[in-house]
Amino acid sequence: MAEMPIDIAAIPSFPLPDRALSPDRTPMQAIAAYCRRNPNVVVGSTMLLTLILISLIGPFFINTKRADPLSALPGQPPSQQYLLGTDDQGRELLPVMIAGLPDTLRIGFLAGAIGLGLGIILGFAAGYLGGAVDTVIRVTVDTLLTLPGILILITVAASIKTFISINIMALVIASIAWRQPTRIIRAQVLTLRERAYVQVARRSGMNAFEIMLRELLPNLFPFLAASFVSAVYGAILFSIGLEALGLGPQNQPTLGMTVYWSIRFNAILRGMWWWWLPPIVLLVVLFFGLLLLTIGLDEIANPRLRRTA
Amino acid sequence: MQLSYVIRRLFQFLIVLWAAATINFILPRLAPGNPVRDRLVSQASQGGPLQEGIEDMVRSYNKEFGLDKPLYVQYGLYLSHAAKLDFGYSIANYPNRVMGMIRNALPWTMGLLLVSSAISFVLGTFLGALVTWSRAPKVFRYLIGPAMALSAIPQYQLGLILIFLLAILFPIFPLSGGYSIGTIPELSGSFLLDMLRHSLLPGLSVVLVGIGFWALGMRGMMITTKGEDYINFAEAKGLKDHRIFYSYAMRNAVLPQVTSFAINLGTVISGLVVVEVIFGYPGMGSLLFNAISGSDYFLIYGIVYMTVLVIGLATLAVDLLYPILDPRITYRRA
Repeated sequence: MAEMPIDIAAIPSFPLPDRALSPDRTPMQAIAAYCRRNPNVVVGSTMLLTLILISLIGPFFINTKRADPLSALPGQPPSQQYLLGTDDQGRELLPVMIAGLPDTLRIGFLAGAIGLGLGIILGFAAGYLGGAVDTVIRVTVDTLLTLPGILILITVAASIKTFISINIMALVIASIAWRQPTRIIRAQVLTLRERAYVQVARRSGMNAFEIMLRELLPNLFPFLAASFVSAVYGAILFSIGLEALGLGPQNQPTLGMTVYWSIRFNAILRGMWWWWLPPIVLLVVLFFGLLLLTIGLDEIANPRLRRTA
Repeated sequence: MQLSYVIRRLFQFLIVLWAAATINFILPRLAPGNPVRDRLVSQASQGGPLQEGIEDMVRSYNKEFGLDKPLYVQYGLYLSHAAKLDFGYSIANYPNRVMGMIRNALPWTMGLLLVSSAISFVLGTFLGALVTWSRAPKVFRYLIGPAMALSAIPQYQLGLILIFLLAILFPIFPLSGGYSIGTIPELSGSFLLDMLRHSLLPGLSVVLVGIGFWALGMRGMMITTKGEDYINFAEAKGLKDHRIFYSYAMRNAVLPQVTSFAINLGTVISGLVVVEVIFGYPGMGSLLFNAISGSDYFLIYGIVYMTVLVIGLATLAVDLLYPILDPRITYRRA
């Protein structure tokens, strides 16, 4: 690997001190200037924070107990009593949304964090140590990446269908969520490890572990933040997909399970829009927010993308 | 093309199949209880006192799959069955064999998957390329935003919205199914037209979601390619703009897109599975949905394995055809 010619163009540059963040402006001005330049991050994180806020304070205003089956008249359209109507099993749908949103977010963040964590460990090991470690990790990741993720997850989830819970679901998804991060982090580490400052660190007697922790990790931070958001995005996408197939937690009201029940009971053909539309609206906001944040963070991590046409 | 590369690539394909088969073998054995037995018993409890028959069925399964033998023998048997594409009987539809059910569903899924992915690939790639081209109409720049927004949501969620808009509110397209009820699948013009009409909405949900993804990838590649010396040279030479666009910029920028297409077939099929369910499309996704609802484990594992096999074949084909597209690639070891 060491004799591999380094393609200068492929080395990503890292954020230079931003003029927008330079000290001759007040912090407020700097933030405002930054927001103007990268609105994706602002809009994306606002959308996400709104959803997180709803899931945090929602339960204080809405009784989530009403999300259980048989807590209301079944199949009611939205009314003053039931703001978002009820489903066929007598769940009130507004409480279902309030109770389901945090669960969906939790699966995403948990699986994304575990996936990224494993990705960092394996990617750093492969990229920095090289040799046999690299070969084993690289071949494994490349092989597993060609397996369609949802199919592995379906096999796993179908085998443990009866006792699946929010946390188990997150673990199941994390079991495949490490593949992409491992691959891209390895590529980043490869371009960094021959940099001058890494060589200086190596010559001055730092061991491999110290270099990875104190030289490489901080430099990759913006990149890792972008990877984390896209890992969360992927994890939520997988969890919703599994749930829509009926492979989610059976007794908890999540957004994806609501979609599943509405498909199962033909809500769409029966004109019960209040059943299938709210979870989809929430999910669209969530996915869109995550996408904007990923694009925005990517721009910070890799300034070459800023060159637009 | 180097023979050694072909061999290496075939070997990787076999490893993928082996991994899929092994996952299918190990997972049910890690799960508590015996899913086959549980399933058969619960079927019996619904259907009345058939306890005798159940024991026979479990025994015949044990015999057929060698479940009474040591684990490594079972594993060997399992692999040889998988190699012969023999997944036994469906539990929920007993006399039907898993492979027969898959054979009926597979063409529907692969047709929808390949056609809609290809359309979305072409549209997205062109959109992404045109956005970077300063002499292209401005219109495309306004399209990229909506395309990106659509790419953020799962296909089936867009599908639900499309059904609501175009099949219920404005009933232009059929609600569900792969063909009209009452018609018999055959190779005739009218049936093909009917089939096409039924696949338009599910296809559209895959196409619309894909465009943004392909456009984003192409845009990045075009920006890099546009900075290359040969583009400047072509401009200085006074070549026609469309010639530079197609033969110089796009020709080179599209190459990574093709690789990415092969990798992403697996991702697209994840979304397609649920799309088929909401459209009642008679493909692998609907089959899988019913298999999961009915805890039909043999059918589930069969579908997973067959899908991995088909996606693997498609990826293999793209990889082997790639040197035709990019003559610089020789697949010699660096």
